[in-house]
Amino acid sequence: MSALQSYRLRIRRRHRLVRAIRKRRELRSMADRTAQIKSSDLLAFSTLRNEHIRLPYFLDYYRNKGINHFLIVDNDSDDGSLEYLMEQPDVSVWHTRKSYKKSKFGVDWLNWLQFRYGHNHWCLVVDPDEFFIYPFCDTRPIRALTDWLDASSIKSFSAMLLDMYPRGPITEQPYQAGQDPMEIACWFDAGNYTMTKNPQYGNLWIQGGPRSRVFFPNEPELAPALNKIPLVKWNRRYCYASSTHMLLPRGLNQVYDEWGGEKASGLLLHAKFLDTFTAKAEEELVRNQHYSASVEYKAYAERLRDAPELWCKWSEKYINWRQLEILGLMSKGNWA
Amino acid sequence: MSVGILMLVHTAFDRAEQVARHWTKYGCPVVIHVDASVKPKAHKKFVKALEDVADVRFCKRHKCEWGDWGLVAASQSAGETMLAEFPEVRHIYLSSGSCLPLRPVQELKDYLAARPRTDFIESATTADVPWTVGGLDAERFTLHFPFSWKKHRFLFDKWVDIQRFLRVKRKIPNGVVPHMGSQWWCLTRQTLSAILQDPDRETFDRYFKRVWIPDESYFQTLARLYSSNIESRSLTLSKFDFQGKPHIFYDDHLQLLRRSDCFVARKIWPRANKLYNGFLRSPEGAIKMSEPNPAKIDRIFAKAVERRTKGRTGLYMQSRYPNEGWENGMTFGRYSIFQGFAQLFEDFEPWLARATGTRVHGHLFAPEGAEFEGRQKVINGALSVDPKSRDYNSIAFLTNLIWNTRGERQCFQVGPRDEGAPVWFFAKDPNAQVSVISGAWAIPLFKSNLDFADIRKEAARLQKLENDQLYALRSPYAKARARIWTLAEFIEAPMEPLQTIIDEIGPEKARRLAEAPTMTDLTGFGQFLQNLKNQGMHPYLMGDFPVSQGEADQKKPPRKPYLVQ
Repeated sequence: MSALQSYRLRIRRRHRLVRAIRKRRELRSMADRTAQIKSSDLLAFSTLRNEHIRLPYFLDYYRNKGINHFLIVDNDSDDGSLEYLMEQPDVSVWHTRKSYKKSKFGVDWLNWLQFRYGHNHWCLVVDPDEFFIYPFCDTRPIRALTDWLDASSIKSFSAMLLDMYPRGPITEQPYQAGQDPMEIACWFDAGNYTMTKNPQYGNLWIQGGPRSRVFFPNEPELAPALNKIPLVKWNRRYCYASSTHMLLPRGLNQVYDEWGGEKASGLLLHAKFLDTFTAKAEEELVRNQHYSASVEYKAYAERLRDAPELWCKWSEKYINWRQLEILGLMSKGNWA
Repeated sequence: MSVGILMLVHTAFDRAEQVARHWTKYGCPVVIHVDASVKPKAHKKFVKALEDVADVRFCKRHKCEWGDWGLVAASQSAGETMLAEFPEVRHIYLSSGSCLPLRPVQELKDYLAARPRTDFIESATTADVPWTVGGLDAERFTLHFPFSWKKHRFLFDKWVDIQRFLRVKRKIPNGVVPHMGSQWWCLTRQTLSAILQDPDRETFDRYFKRVWIPDESYFQTLARLYSSNIESRSLTLSKFDFQGKPHIFYDDHLQLLRRSDCFVARKIWPRANKLYNGFLRSPEGAIKMSEPNPAKIDRIFAKAVERRTKGRTGLYMQSRYPNEGWENGMTFGRYSIFQGFAQLFEDFEPWLARATGTRVHGHLFAPEGAEFEGRQKVINGALSVDPKSRDYNSIAFLTNLIWNTRGERQCFQVGPRDEGAPVWFFAKDPNAQVSVISGAWAIPLFKSNLDFADIRKEAARLQKLENDQLYALRSPYAKARARIWTLAEFIEAPMEPLQTIIDEIGPEKARRLAEAPTMTDLTGFGQFLQNLKNQGMHPYLMGDFPVSQGEADQKKPPRKPYLVQ
């Protein structure tokens, strides 16, 4: 990487940060409990819209894993999400009516909140349908992981998105508030992921899984990116460059080993495909607020009309993190 | 007679307090060294918390940093305090604030009482052990290290380079043979006092202050001078990863630590409540006299290091994406590729499956879509047949397939039509066994019902494609086990090569082939090739095929392959 290129990335990072700082004006604080944040707290950041039904389980899941405070941007929900979040004792919530798309799909908002509140904290950026799985997550809290990362001088932790889906049509089993979504969507694709290196940012670009298999068999290049780096020891000079797929400075994207070894990594179980999905897909299609003209949602809506099944004979049923580790989807690295 | 504990503490004071109370409760005096960089407030609070315990002393504080002299100075001060304040102590055990006693204190006391003259200190000469991380072994004792490795890495490295260039060689004090080993020791009063009260201590201290990582060599070296009986091992269970940083124990290691029979373990995660509650209770059951046995724990940590440094062969994933040449095996295991066999033999796939017991696919890289075994739409790992997804990253398709079907050998067909096949990839892969009958692509054309002009065009195209594939297989970069026959060569004696290939795939029992695949009827094929030639398209990959088979052959029924016994 030449000096010029790295200078360019530096400019880009600065630009992103300035942009994020300016976008703070779009956020209106609805419940500000950030004074409770202690210097060693683990923070979770999220943007959402109309996810009320998912919130109870989402918050509990991460509370149990040891997240101390949630900082959430509500993008104009009208299903009571905002009110629900305002009542929670460990949630600070901001509201905005502005465009999700124009804020780079929420990245600008969260970059601002992380800039303001995340400095020197371990920050986890997840959507309400993403559940963070890491080695030993059944016996050790996230704090054990971050302490180990600190001791190993590792600043960022990779967790690929693993799309989960139910068996049978997705409308068959309705999801109840507070329910573990993995009771319904407990199947996943174990071994059809492809990856290439992004030479500019140094991250891996991973595609595949059921969305690529069912929705994009003929345009695999349009299939959504699955690489994510959701857990970072934040510094106010950092920023996410594109969703949580990649960061600047680019050294943070080096979450994989290039000399044959395995670094420790986790997964984000993505419980997108519940019965709530059909309505969501149609709504998003109308709003047109998603990545590359919502091509993803167009494909979904098209396919969903013929009620496709994501499940296939070779789908794998989720048991625990050890199973995912054996399948090679995540790794313990040298954490034992 | 008892054991005295030196404890070096810099963080997690509540846990240190808990452990110190545990030691003293069972009659072991404790001398605590608190890192000088700890804030006065925290220090005061800690001292106050232990006020009520009679047998706890605090010694002079030093600034400790990893790889620095401070840790030795701290151990010295703590040791001096221990020797002066507790004259009845016979063994002095050095531990840290994150150490946890795993066995009842009485067992440790009995164990040491049974070995009153033994010093437990891991101590080996640098030449004999490969422990060092970072390439400095003998040089740690012969160069100067004024810069901190943690804080001034650049200066540290440069200074080493400069000294190497100038051939700096420090003089090692007389009588000293540098040894190194784990910094956690247990010495007898005699040995420790001899080290601390040596008239030459000044000289040694001055020397070791500029050695790299003196805490792993100071006591280890000097103990050799005075001890009458060194047992070169540490009583503290402590595992290090590939960067030389200690592994941490968590609640889920409880059973493992129990079974290890080690006296003390390092290092424990401060929030591992189950471990602290589990091990810091009054002992129950009979006192054991068993030897520490860290082998089990060794294994899981050795595995962790191997996973981090070598990884799992053939796996490409979010945190393992090796550069070319660093894969430790490009694919998970062996697989076989056949080119031209399915064209020459009518029932090749089922025959091969029967003969070898492997999983036999059709043309995985066929332009129409992958032909999985049994023509399934999806296969292991939810790999799908869609040609576009497959060709989007055909190497990943192949490595995924081999990874997903671990433990079961895969065979598949390729051919010049399969333009998406990652030929260069498998040509370079030592796991690939590639068998090619060159020119066999002409057989389907020969049997087809196309116009001859189209046949000619297609033949020219396929010949060119196959030539490129053979180029890869024959290149000096090729590491695959490749065998190439021309069609003419192969049909001379088909069973011999087949037997070789099958033997190499080698199911458990090497068997003789009981049954031969049916060769397709090639009557008139020579003439077909001649016609192509006459049209100006020279098929050369199939070798020398006679234009017409001899008169005698013509009358015979088509030749059946025979068995080579």
